[in-house]
Amino acid sequence: MLELSQVTAGYGHFTALWDVSLRVAEGEAVAVVGPNGAGKTTLLRVISGLIAPRSGRIAFEGAELAGHPPHDIVAHGIAHVPEGRRLFPGLTVADNLKMGAFVSAARARYRESLERVYTLFPVLAERQGQRAGSMSGGEQQMLALGRALMSRPKIILLDEPSLGLAPVMVLRVFDLIRRVREEGYTILVVEQNVRQVLKLVDRAYLLEVGRIKMEGRAAELAEQDFVRKAYMGV
Amino acid sequence: MTRGRLLALAVLAFLLVAPFLPMGGTQQYVLHVAIQIFIWSFIGQAWSLMGRFGLVSLGHGAFLGVGAYTTTLLWNFYSLTPWIGALLAVAASVGIAVVLGIPCFRFRVVGHYFALVTLAVGEVIRLLIVAERDWTGGSLGASLKTAGTASGLWTLQFADKRVFYYASLVLFLAGLSVWDLVDRSMARPALEAIGEDETAAASVGIRVTRFKLGITVISAGLTALGGVLYAQYMSYVNPDTLSGIGVSLKIVFAVVLGGMYSLMGPLVGTALTTALAEALRIAFGLRFLGMADTIYGLLLIVFIIFLPAGIYGSIREAIRRRAAGSKPRPA
Amino acid sequence: MDPIFLVEAAINGILLGGVLALLALGLNLIFGVLDIVWIAYVDLVMLCMYAIYFFNVSFGWPIWAAGLVSLVLGALLGVAVHLLIISPILTSAPINQLLATGGLLFFLQSAATFLWTTDHRTVRLSLPSYEIAGIFLPATRIIPFAISILAVIALYFFLTRTYIGTAIRAVSQDREAMSLMGASPQRVYLVTSAVGGLMAGLAGALLIFQYSVHPFFGGQFGPLTFMICVLGGLGNMVGAFIASFIMSEIIAIGGVVISTEMGYVIAFVIFIVMMFVRPGGILAKRE
Repeated sequence: MLELSQVTAGYGHFTALWDVSLRVAEGEAVAVVGPNGAGKTTLLRVISGLIAPRSGRIAFEGAELAGHPPHDIVAHGIAHVPEGRRLFPGLTVADNLKMGAFVSAARARYRESLERVYTLFPVLAERQGQRAGSMSGGEQQMLALGRALMSRPKIILLDEPSLGLAPVMVLRVFDLIRRVREEGYTILVVEQNVRQVLKLVDRAYLLEVGRIKMEGRAAELAEQDFVRKAYMGV
Repeated sequence: MTRGRLLALAVLAFLLVAPFLPMGGTQQYVLHVAIQIFIWSFIGQAWSLMGRFGLVSLGHGAFLGVGAYTTTLLWNFYSLTPWIGALLAVAASVGIAVVLGIPCFRFRVVGHYFALVTLAVGEVIRLLIVAERDWTGGSLGASLKTAGTASGLWTLQFADKRVFYYASLVLFLAGLSVWDLVDRSMARPALEAIGEDETAAASVGIRVTRFKLGITVISAGLTALGGVLYAQYMSYVNPDTLSGIGVSLKIVFAVVLGGMYSLMGPLVGTALTTALAEALRIAFGLRFLGMADTIYGLLLIVFIIFLPAGIYGSIREAIRRRAAGSKPRPA
Repeated sequence: MDPIFLVEAAINGILLGGVLALLALGLNLIFGVLDIVWIAYVDLVMLCMYAIYFFNVSFGWPIWAAGLVSLVLGALLGVAVHLLIISPILTSAPINQLLATGGLLFFLQSAATFLWTTDHRTVRLSLPSYEIAGIFLPATRIIPFAISILAVIALYFFLTRTYIGTAIRAVSQDREAMSLMGASPQRVYLVTSAVGGLMAGLAGALLIFQYSVHPFFGGQFGPLTFMICVLGGLGNMVGAFIASFIMSEIIAIGGVVISTEMGYVIAFVIFIVMMFVRPGGILAKRE
């Protein structure tokens, strides 16, 4: 469904990604793990169009998306939950969700999507009128996820969902992602918390200093000795 | 001696003897235009001391008006010599700059916010001048009481335009040296850092408020001086020509046209705008009232969009780039 | 002084405040979304007022039709300003943005002088004046106030209930996140500019009731509008609304107690004092 071929990208003079290639098949849950500064966030920003790649191709369901603006890419069915959630702090829960369904295809089925999100995340239904900025980290992550779902995406990009959350919240958030996954959504998640995310996904890539160092089924990767030592504190 | 220096000295020599060159009937007119150019370039230079560091003031008319009206009114009502009047004018201007600068800079009022505040202040001054019409003559302006037989250095009134020519030339050169001094001083990199990222600058120990206040004070004081000389020369002050949005924007426009970041930019810009105004006036007289300013406005927009470094700045950049290109690459 | 004059002035202050609020809100709307101040905003109002004058007085259209022209023209001007001037400099330094709209102000004022001379133009409206308990309330003040309040309410609903209105609010809170929602920033900016221009057009239609138009009209109301915006906190819609009435009250009462100009001067001086006390605006949170 999503295929990156030899993508190189960066900021100004600095190159963050070198010749990155990866695939996500429909229905899969894939993770990209790696240390801080590896380029994981850049990777997602390139896919969703916030950054234009310097070279390489990004194909989504056959369509070439490299260099397209973000609002165009979202319309193709890619939803990006950015690092730090990036909710609209002054808007209510309901309004944030409304904004999620901005693309016309999603707007037509707004009611239906809203129902779905409230069923999946009842807490959001309770807090409809609450200002997003006043919610806790875990609740915000829930809202960010819900907002992504409102666009009726074909694939969801998740950037460091556990960032800044207390350990208890982290477990809850991964549980939420699991629920979304079970609804049938295709997911590409970028995470530093290797242990938790490998339990959740089918396959994973290891990104280090802008390059893909390893790839494989989640269970295999978890077994790898050096992965265990370096990232999981075993 | 470098070629640039020789050229500058030659130009200076020419300017010094110019009033004594035979010009026939046009002499008075040429002197008048030259004086205008020198004084307004000086004022533009004063403005650019703030503008080049990102402190965009759209209310310099306030300082100009305060300068001009202080000396004029003190002379008209108290026969106070403009020399002391000028000191008071500068003090008043500086006072306003400080009173507004401290809260603005301490509370990080920057960018658009700051520009709006200066705009407001410029207008307040203009309105005050108009409101106090018993003193100031309101919208009709006020004439400088003639010194008659006492004309001369003490009263700063001269029948001979050439004296004003030299006075304005001296003022202009003084402005150049102040600009140059600031450019060479430690203040410049500090102010540039502040202009780029105030928080970062503060975090490395730069006293942001002090620097901003300092440059504002210098700018305000110099502008006031320009206003003083202008008032003495024209022997007439008017709130619309010396305060308010209109004149503030005109100053800014001339500097932007010529190039805000270069020493000679304000002169180039002022010369061009003055030339344009005079050309239009000669060609069309009063029939096309407002035409010159319309063109200014249009040019300002066009320049900002396509040529933000101004004419002089852009040419200088082009020359510099060509010179750099022809130098041999280091091994 | 007969207290009745003070009461009358206070009421007139409120009536004026309504229209000032339109100007302040329009300016704030654009600033909140685009982060750029249209220094020439009130000059757009001036253009719309001229349009009303020409359509009503020269072409003989009924006043309400001329008012509609003003609204449409305002919206079109808003879009034009955005496309021609703002769009190219969206990422430029603030000084360039300020100078561009400043240049526009200059251009509009001078072009108006050149085209239509400095003569004041008025639209002749014969409307009744009502007297309640010795206070004169002319319809030329009441109608604009009523319409402006309705407009503010409409704006409120637009921003909170409609999709694009909520999107406009969202963009001002997080531009990048909004683009991830699939909203083209350019489209949102255009709508915002059109709405801001529409409000300018409406303000012009309401101001022509009481004021004559001339090329330097912007000089009359511009600085006042800016001051209201700064006083209320730039970008703060509620603050601007409140500040409009504060300023208009000061001007009205000061005008009656001392003189019209001094009324303005006092308002401005209070503004400067406020800068000392609360530079972020009256509703700013203490840092």
